[in-house]
Amino acid sequence: MSFSLVKRWCETPLMRRVLQFKVYRRKIQSYNMTYTLLRHRWMKRLPTAVFSSSFSTQTDKDTIDLSKFPVDRVRNFCIIAHIDHGKSTLADRLLEMTGAIATTDKNKQVLDKLQVERERGITVKAQTASLIYSHQGQQYLLNLIDTPGHVDFSYEVSRSISACQGVLLIVDANQGIQAQTVANFYLAFEAQLAIIPVINKIDLKNADPERVETQIEKVFDIPREECIRISAKLGTNVDKVLQAVVDRIPAPVASTDEPFKALVFDSNFDHYRGVVANIAVFGGRVKKGDRIVSAYLGKTYEVNELGLLRPHEHPTQKLFAGQVGYIIAGMKDVKEAQIGDTLYLQEQPVEALPGFKPAKAMVFAGMYPMDQSEYPGLRSAIERLTLNDSSVTVQRDSSMALGAGWRLGFLGLLHMEVFNQRLEQEYNASVIVTAPTVPYKAVLSSPKLIKEHGSEEITIVNPAQFPDRSVVSEYLEPMVLGTILSPDTYTGKIMTLCLNRRGIQKNMVYIDDQRVMMKYLFPLNEIVVDFYDLLKSLSSGYASFDYENAGYQAADLIKMNILLNGQPVEELITIVHRGRAYSAGKAMCERLKDSIPRQMFEVAVQASIGSKVIARETIKAYRKNVLAKCYGGDITRKMKLLKKQAEGKKKMRRIGNVEVPKDAFINVLKRKDK
Amino acid sequence: MIKHTLPAARRAFSPGLRCFSEASGGEISEDVFERAGHPRLTKQASLYVHWPYCLRRCSYCNFNKYIRRENNDHMMTECLQRETETLLQLSQVSCITSVFFGGGTPSLAHPSTIAAVLESVSRRAYLSDKAEVTLEVNPTPVGKSKLEDYCRAGVNRFSIGVQSLQDGDLKILGRDHSSHQALQTVEEARRLCPGRVSVDVMFGRPKQSAESWENELSELLRVCDDHVSLYQLTLERGTQLFKQVLGGEVTMPAEDVTAEMYQCARRILHQHGFLQYEVSNFARHKAVSHHNTSYWKGRQYIGVGPGAHGRFVPRGEGGVVREARTQTLEPDVWIREVQQRGHGTRRRIQLSHLELLEEVLVMGMRMSKGINHKHWELFSPQLGLHEVFGISNDVQELLQSGQLILDDRGLRCSWDGLALLDSILPALLVMLERQISQRLQMDHHADGQTKRISNPQ
Repeated sequence: MSFSLVKRWCETPLMRRVLQFKVYRRKIQSYNMTYTLLRHRWMKRLPTAVFSSSFSTQTDKDTIDLSKFPVDRVRNFCIIAHIDHGKSTLADRLLEMTGAIATTDKNKQVLDKLQVERERGITVKAQTASLIYSHQGQQYLLNLIDTPGHVDFSYEVSRSISACQGVLLIVDANQGIQAQTVANFYLAFEAQLAIIPVINKIDLKNADPERVETQIEKVFDIPREECIRISAKLGTNVDKVLQAVVDRIPAPVASTDEPFKALVFDSNFDHYRGVVANIAVFGGRVKKGDRIVSAYLGKTYEVNELGLLRPHEHPTQKLFAGQVGYIIAGMKDVKEAQIGDTLYLQEQPVEALPGFKPAKAMVFAGMYPMDQSEYPGLRSAIERLTLNDSSVTVQRDSSMALGAGWRLGFLGLLHMEVFNQRLEQEYNASVIVTAPTVPYKAVLSSPKLIKEHGSEEITIVNPAQFPDRSVVSEYLEPMVLGTILSPDTYTGKIMTLCLNRRGIQKNMVYIDDQRVMMKYLFPLNEIVVDFYDLLKSLSSGYASFDYENAGYQAADLIKMNILLNGQPVEELITIVHRGRAYSAGKAMCERLKDSIPRQMFEVAVQASIGSKVIARETIKAYRKNVLAKCYGGDITRKMKLLKKQAEGKKKMRRIGNVEVPKDAFINVLKRKDK
Repeated sequence: MIKHTLPAARRAFSPGLRCFSEASGGEISEDVFERAGHPRLTKQASLYVHWPYCLRRCSYCNFNKYIRRENNDHMMTECLQRETETLLQLSQVSCITSVFFGGGTPSLAHPSTIAAVLESVSRRAYLSDKAEVTLEVNPTPVGKSKLEDYCRAGVNRFSIGVQSLQDGDLKILGRDHSSHQALQTVEEARRLCPGRVSVDVMFGRPKQSAESWENELSELLRVCDDHVSLYQLTLERGTQLFKQVLGGEVTMPAEDVTAEMYQCARRILHQHGFLQYEVSNFARHKAVSHHNTSYWKGRQYIGVGPGAHGRFVPRGEGGVVREARTQTLEPDVWIREVQQRGHGTRRRIQLSHLELLEEVLVMGMRMSKGINHKHWELFSPQLGLHEVFGISNDVQELLQSGQLILDDRGLRCSWDGLALLDSILPALLVMLERQISQRLQMDHHADGQTKRISNPQ
């Protein structure tokens, strides 16, 4: 097997930017080797002559001639896997072996650019890399579309999948099938993609590929012979994977003879060049200077630049049917590059592709600056971050206790965590994040209200706006179908936990003689806060969990008020299931009791439903609060203390006659630290 | 213009300053008057003298005290005298109203030291024969034996650190005397200064119960004189006791228990004719501590000795603003500084008008009589108590709940309120700041910058 002729064609542009002079020297030394100059915007100032390649077959140093890759020489695929099963390592190897990046020890998660991705070992943002691969004397263009592994990002996954014809389903030879493996499999299966099972980490001591093959056979109904056993870390059998991509994944169905038609499956924002849209060409061809139209907006743009992602942008002259690449066409706003939009040539209108359902936020959380003076900074950080993650919904919100902030909607819990982490790491913003809530729905019964809202069914994101039972015929809550995989020794404990969370078991199968897969229907509300942590701790970390949305179901929901000496606290209103009201109320009262300082009078902390009190804690009054000794020498210290208290007093929120420090709200509202 | 030139003139004529300032007293503009205080305030002060040495460390104490390596009585005496004279000169006070020797353990000082300091005072200011001169006494046999000499030196009031009548507790607290020795010292002191002996006792001690405290207090009342100071033992960081409690070796009584102890002590002392005149101080037959009362009334005081604090207007260098002054902490360094420049003042901070009023408020409210209108007017002639506090909702609530009283007499805590003073003060401080800053803004609008005081320093 030989690698592409354009092997080592490019170093990563970033490397080149950082090591411009080093590269320069190396180029001279290796004058007769296979290096070829890639004209890149960072390199423009360097004299091109020095870099002229002596490589005879590659005369045009600027472009890869994509016309050499007709549709039947193109394969579009993605890699899906449970977290840490080695997806990114395999991607690194594929990139190296096809010469997209140099082979060094330093290639670790090349496609995971974000700090959060590298730290958590996950992919958040889909990346694309075009690989040029020679197989049986033919050159193939393999487009690897890297997908986020987690179902929270299934929106990104399904977008990526729609541009693919096949997937590599990676399973750890030691851990076997995990919850995310199952969830991802179904996404691919439903999209009718060719699935190539790859068993990774066979070099590990405890690797048991036999067993994993059995699981794959049992759970996914894929014959064990189709599995490829590899070690991505050592590179073992990775070439077989490339061969399988060519042999088993069908070429995209597209023709260069048709009019140009492309799907926008992702977009990024670049401050200098505007929107960079990732497209899959479904028909025809497109070149620099073409005038293209967005089917969604009807706006016309001129193509300024296009090319392959290898994984870094590599400009080419044209893109042809079946190929995947990027396009820059003077779009100034990410909203102009609507994901799922269809692009076509101005003079040749086509019917728009089906596109995607927009992602729906399923987990909401309030976000507030630690200090109100940090509001503008946090605002711009959130704006910048949402620019590249259009799935986050942003709504301004304000709380009497926490000040001005936002209510953000996320696709799921991990999505929320990743967003927070990026906010902190990339924008250095410190925020108070409130405990997540889910969007409830109410079916209104009063014609007047229906008229007011313009629909019979309303969605409630802010608990304070929860409509009264009397005007509602039914409340609905979002449900999810959860998949849990675990060694069977923990089955009992897990079932108890699920039952406590109002889970209904749908299914339970042994995927081999020790591991069980359970499916439960859960109210989303029951799993958003601490379910995953509890599951992990009761199974010593062995159980894995994943979920997919499963619509709405009628639920017996009630609004719970928290009262301080009889006065309701607006920001603590909570929507709970009737059966969970008591324990939720008790927990909130306890947390409040611990965080409200003693006052000069007794404070009753109560949880109530309607006029009925369901939980109560009492903060006893101070009986003595005075410094015993205070003479001349002590004043300075004493004054400082009192002044600090006076300052704190100014910031306290008064509920009736009770003074509540901001910290108390934070303690009650924020997510518990893990 | 006069208020701008006046301080400069004072500085220029500082040798004859006392005369000058007295003569010009009547002409002092309102602003200077307001910030420097009434002449009655700036011409007199009390004197606190700090003796920094102890024989051993008490387990609960985090005060500025040192174990002496060698006897330096002679040097200490000289330095205390020198600093007293320097600061008296700087303050330009004509009268010292009281002297208090505290520590440390001032009863370790030689009586001649006490005499020497008092002589220095008399050289620079008027010190009446009747002025209260208090000495803190550690009730050991040695301390007891020196009482008579202290009296001869000029001390006329003793404050005796009895702390506890339980020998076991005295041991835990790290005290170097027994309860018996303490009682003997009290007896001797009463013989020498009848009606002018105070005893210090501590409650909230490790493992103490409300009941045992009641018994102890009754026992104490049989032997004590006319003044009792009660302190709740507070756990201070960095003390041995703090470590013991943290380590679980020693348990402290719960908050509710110490609150009960305090209330019960107030009741019992009241029944025995002791009036509570301050949060921790009780007296019968009007035997109040004049020295301490002057702190609570916001009067000037001069602090002499390592780590001593003072509050006075340095009129000797033309100052018109009261300063918060702190002397150097470490005795050796302090000695060197006094020898080199006559005083060991380490920090001086000018108090703004608001800061001064804040101190007046915080200290004044500790007295059961609180702050009367006249007392307040002395410091705040333009904004009365009613104007500052009358309109606040917080204050209204405190008045309604009966914790606070604001009437013709002035502002004070009720019996119940006094035990909760630290919960009341923040509300009052917030109000005070708001009113004063509003007033400042109004003045600015009214007559521009002219109300601003130019600072002579």
